[in-house]
Amino acid sequence: MTTDTITPASEANKKVRPHPTQNEALLFERSSPGKRAYKLAPLDVPAVDAKALLGEAHRSQSAQLPELSEIEIIRHFTRLSTWNYAIDLGMYPLGSCTMKYNPRVNEYVARIEGLAEAHPYRPDALAQGILEVIDLLQRCLIEITGMDAITLQPAAGAHGEFTGILLVRAWHESQGNPRKKILIPDSAHGTNPATAAICGYTVENLKSNAEGGIDLEALTRQVDEETAALMLTNPSTIGVFESQIAQIAEILHAKGALLYMDGANMNALVGKTRPGDFGVDVMHLNLHKTFSTPHGGGGPGSGPVACKAFLEPFLPIPVLVRKKGTEGPGTKGLDVGAPSFPLSSAERVGAHQLQQANLLAWNYDRPQSVGRVRAFYGNVGMFIRALAYILANGPDGLRQTTEDAVLNANYIRKKLEGIYDLPYKTASMHEVVFSDKRQAAKGVKTGEIAKRLIDYGFHPYTVSFPMIVHGALMIEPTESESLEELDLFIDAMRAIAKEVEQTPELVKSAPHSTRVGKMDEVLAARKPILRWAPAVRPNAR
Amino acid sequence: MRYLPKSPAERERMLAEIGAASIDDLFSTIPASHRLNRDLAVPRAQAESEIIDYFRAAGQKNATGYASFLGAGAYRHHRPVIIDSLVQRGEFLTSYTPYQAEIAQGTLQAIFEFQTMIAELTGMDVANASMYDGSTGAAEAVRMAMRVTGREKAVVAASVHPEYREVMATYARHQGLPISLVGYNPETGRIDQDALDAAVTQETAAVLVQSPNFFGVVEDIPAIAAIAHAKGALLIVSIAEAISLGVVRPPVEADIVSLEAQSFGVALSYGGPFCGVLAAKEQFVRQMPGRLVGQTVDSSGYRGFVLTLSTREQHIRREKATSNICTNQALVALMATIFLSVYGKEGIRELAEHNLAKADYAAKKLGSRPGAKLLFTGAPRFHEFVLQTEEAPAALAERLIENEIVGGVDLSRWYPELRNCTLWCATEVVTRAQIDAAASVLAARPVEA
Repeated sequence: MTTDTITPASEANKKVRPHPTQNEALLFERSSPGKRAYKLAPLDVPAVDAKALLGEAHRSQSAQLPELSEIEIIRHFTRLSTWNYAIDLGMYPLGSCTMKYNPRVNEYVARIEGLAEAHPYRPDALAQGILEVIDLLQRCLIEITGMDAITLQPAAGAHGEFTGILLVRAWHESQGNPRKKILIPDSAHGTNPATAAICGYTVENLKSNAEGGIDLEALTRQVDEETAALMLTNPSTIGVFESQIAQIAEILHAKGALLYMDGANMNALVGKTRPGDFGVDVMHLNLHKTFSTPHGGGGPGSGPVACKAFLEPFLPIPVLVRKKGTEGPGTKGLDVGAPSFPLSSAERVGAHQLQQANLLAWNYDRPQSVGRVRAFYGNVGMFIRALAYILANGPDGLRQTTEDAVLNANYIRKKLEGIYDLPYKTASMHEVVFSDKRQAAKGVKTGEIAKRLIDYGFHPYTVSFPMIVHGALMIEPTESESLEELDLFIDAMRAIAKEVEQTPELVKSAPHSTRVGKMDEVLAARKPILRWAPAVRPNAR
Repeated sequence: MRYLPKSPAERERMLAEIGAASIDDLFSTIPASHRLNRDLAVPRAQAESEIIDYFRAAGQKNATGYASFLGAGAYRHHRPVIIDSLVQRGEFLTSYTPYQAEIAQGTLQAIFEFQTMIAELTGMDVANASMYDGSTGAAEAVRMAMRVTGREKAVVAASVHPEYREVMATYARHQGLPISLVGYNPETGRIDQDALDAAVTQETAAVLVQSPNFFGVVEDIPAIAAIAHAKGALLIVSIAEAISLGVVRPPVEADIVSLEAQSFGVALSYGGPFCGVLAAKEQFVRQMPGRLVGQTVDSSGYRGFVLTLSTREQHIRREKATSNICTNQALVALMATIFLSVYGKEGIRELAEHNLAKADYAAKKLGSRPGAKLLFTGAPRFHEFVLQTEEAPAALAERLIENEIVGGVDLSRWYPELRNCTLWCATEVVTRAQIDAAASVLAARPVEA
């Protein structure tokens, strides 16, 4: 094989060309004693004898942290960064992860001094600015979901699921019986069953029907007086809207069970339909998916939970309220088309003014609350970014965003459906799931196709999920891709399909263009090396 | 719609390719009765300049420029500028969890470095890639101890951050996990060792203490470990102020350490995002929740890093996973890694000593004002202290605020027995002038009629 076939030639690939990345050892290997990247301001109080003050609690031996200068640290992390793929470099079509553009104004406003440096225990009267931001985001999210109340406390999607199921449980307990089981479709994300188990429920699997959706007959059979809730992702993980959602809600409600919606795929719905209007009782959102806060290599996320009014008394403490009984957290906000920007004057308020009407405050006096799920109030920095995104879009932009996300997924579907097997023919929303059936017949599996995609300059799609599709290729382009980028992706997928026919080994041994080859994962798990130590120093590159 | 890279003509072209007459065709699976046929009632689209103005005004409405003595689980330290320069590189900021190791070595190596630094600082063998925060980390540590020991009870010190305890209670409620609380010695503020000894039984999975504890007092970890281990229970040490590890002896006798790493270069941001992390003895690693990065080799034998031991995790084990945690706090852990690179071996100690000095000065200064006294002087403390005043905390707070000073946190909210007590914190960014000003306000209490 020539280099041109290993690294796709310009004919088949207009997106990438190889270029060198720099080597970089671990920080610890670059350290040498006496180098410094810091300087403390001179101490303006008397120095203390730490050993005398702390006695036996004094640390005698310093932690072996690296000693480096500032330029070395800058180069270290800059070089490491160049080894990553990112949305900023190109399409990142991970299904169910919604890898959309992360606007930079979000980062800018989250670092504004008065917001970034606000201490969580600052008196409410001195925190009105950040509380107004939180209040406005809450009202926007309530409007977008069509629900009645919300908590922003959960730190990520799975944490939101945990919170939502606690609400379900608390409500059932208030009705006299917490119930025993949660129904979860076999197409669900792994966090759903893990969450149900942590909340003390047993998990009952619900088999999908031939279209990949909920089988109403099976549901009717399985829902009983011990069913606490169904956890449903809508659109489902195969990117299909549950058209029978109202009937699903009815079947559940008839037995006193609740409908929990995993909002991972909310990017397909914003501005077009609202879960609160189709029977959902409680749901979580992922601000790091739908609302553009950065994934950051695996967090921080934020997983607000929105619910109907009957679940509101159970929300985690504290909840944000208007001090003088004007609006509670359960109140639907916002007049149509009338942006609430009450911040024309930036006057300072004193503690005595807290007693006055309309100041925002935290309320802890909530006897039915499920308790706290996190210290303080949640990942507030993510709230600021999500609100900046909503403000940048407005109602028109949010709707257009959803439409473009769905348009992009359907365009990819149309262009690839003759080439990759489409196990479910139901109309796609924001993502499309193919299977590797045709390519597997040639001995090439979805995971290998995904790795080959790297050579064409793209991040792989989601591999082997959902589990109801054997050998799944789960593709979610999001709205952030231009037609040009989509066409390059489609060209790459077609070229790989051709390679599977002609040179399957080329695909199976991919990627060929990355700075490291396939990792020995078995070795990593069998003899875990989870930290650096001077002795462990193999062939560093 | 400046984030959407399409012209109207391109949209039309794509619809034509798909064979759809209009965009609404693509939403036809949503029953008509559920479609939203109006604009969302959210503010109209704002220009970038308007968005900045809005948040700037919000920031100014918060009291900026005040001197602050607030701590209690959220600490203000200097954040080296290069942290934000580096974490805003798109390759870190806009990448996903590093499942595709070949194109995520940057994130993976940085997490491996983070794990190493946390293990070094805490005196543990291994650390994970991060948890949401210190409170949920503590709750997960207790669940981990249950899995390790097969026991189902926990003993927690009352001097653990009250909000951490509330979170643990929420997690424990549906796990059939009774938590018993052990009080503190009124002289030292440390856990009451006799009460602890009585509370720990053969059914106790874990003893959880915080050190420095909520009152800023450093616990006697070796003694507590001896009590826990004598009954076969694990010791979990929660650390809310990570900078303390620069000068305070690490809890090497612990089995699990739950650290809140916010102090390592993470903005206060009104309480989040912060950065929890669990560290533990090596033999417990397979019961650890959350992601772990391990070193391995690639097909050519070069060193590389991967997510490993993932059979513990929800995407593989579903309802049998060690935790439901998925997304964690990777970018915040990166901030901590950069912070620790900047300060390094010597700097972290020097920084911690400055904190110690500021708090020592502040405690002596404030504690010697008329009508004020220091509590818990019988044990070493780091950079927080409890001040008892004759004046009610609310009245004192108001007088301080008039002087643009935010004083200590009123403790009666969580500890009714600690009447007129406030928890003060002085880090390296608090100045002597601010401490002196607070002391003057304290001393200038109006004489009651």
